[in-house]
Amino acid sequence: MSQSYDRGHIESFGRWTEFSAGMWAWVLHKFTGWVLIGYLFTHIAVLSTAIQGETMYNGTLQGLESLLIVRFMEVGLLAVAVFHILNGLRLLFVDLGLGLDAQDKSFYASLVVTGAIAIGSIPTFLGGF
Amino acid sequence: MSTNVPDTDTETHADTDAQPAPQQRRLAKKRERREHSPQSETSGDTDQETVELKVFRYDPEVEGKREPRFDDFHVPFTKGMTVLDALIYARDTFDSSLTFRHSCRQAICGSDALFINGAQRLGCQTQLSDLEWPVRIEPLPHQEVVKDLVVDMEHFYEQMDAVDPFFKDEDVPDGLEEQRQDRENREKIKMSTRCIWCGACMSSCNIAAGGNYLGPAAINKAYRFVMDEREDGDVTQERLETIEAEEGVWRCQTQFSCTEVCPKDIPLTEHIQELKREAVKNNLKFW
Repeated sequence: MSQSYDRGHIESFGRWTEFSAGMWAWVLHKFTGWVLIGYLFTHIAVLSTAIQGETMYNGTLQGLESLLIVRFMEVGLLAVAVFHILNGLRLLFVDLGLGLDAQDKSFYASLVVTGAIAIGSIPTFLGGF
Repeated sequence: MSTNVPDTDTETHADTDAQPAPQQRRLAKKRERREHSPQSETSGDTDQETVELKVFRYDPEVEGKREPRFDDFHVPFTKGMTVLDALIYARDTFDSSLTFRHSCRQAICGSDALFINGAQRLGCQTQLSDLEWPVRIEPLPHQEVVKDLVVDMEHFYEQMDAVDPFFKDEDVPDGLEEQRQDRENREKIKMSTRCIWCGACMSSCNIAAGGNYLGPAAINKAYRFVMDEREDGDVTQERLETIEAEEGVWRCQTQFSCTEVCPKDIPLTEHIQELKREAVKNNLKFW
């Protein structure tokens, strides 16, 4: 078998467009997990400005909140967190062996709910800007 | 036609006197059929659909095929034609070097798992009418290609062997000639016994790709014996230790790829999840 051929990129050709629901759920769960870890570190960094006193902390937060991009990122953060929670619940049921036949539907449902909550949060996060 | 028929007649008449004719006659008939069949085919061809196959080609032993490429085959479509039928037609009609595994043609032998239009399917079980045309046929991903559509299954078989896919308990209960299994237990393992070792699940699993993960088929095999009531405690314990090892059930990330592609509709993810719970229960001690 020394002459057999490893196809390299050919075997993955166009594969991502053919991912099934379960695969997308896995990819998004990993992605949102990493985003949340990244957020955790920036969150600690921002909060730790309180060590340098009230004015420093208030100034940092007000400065960040005055940036439009931060407001948009907050909507994104909420969406990421909500999806991670909902898909986490879905995975919990999968681990318990409940509703495995509906695993694709529960993934789509968590996507829809995430979208609805993210859109619903826009007035809160972007209002008064 | 009208000139042909009396012609062969006179020939055979003459031959019967001169030499033993059966072979001759058969050859003549064959020749006649060959002359006629392309005519009838071409007349039918004008209104017949053809399906375009794009087939992966590679052969390290042939100069021009060392670089993998896709060849196009135009196969006349008939109702009920499967991907395997089309491949056989292409091989027999256009290119006898086209290589692929097939045997029973009824989804039992598990030889012809292929990567068809981006999914692992059995060639003999997949209707061309269910697919988008042109049909793209590749060898199974995540396995090394030996030639054309033939992949090296060695690793897959090794993983299957790793779980001892055979009944181990030979003891027969007292006074019985055979080992009894009740209906509920038979129902429980029914789906898991349907595996045909085609390797589609292993190929679809991106955790099994490149690694040493046992893979859905092997774990399903382990499930079939762990859940079987006829094997006793020690053997089951041994099996559980295999599947809860580093490359066992805990590698599964519940992507459901294997369950989607399984040509025998075995709920593979469900079985793996159940074995995960069995493994946890096996290790939990409350005293």
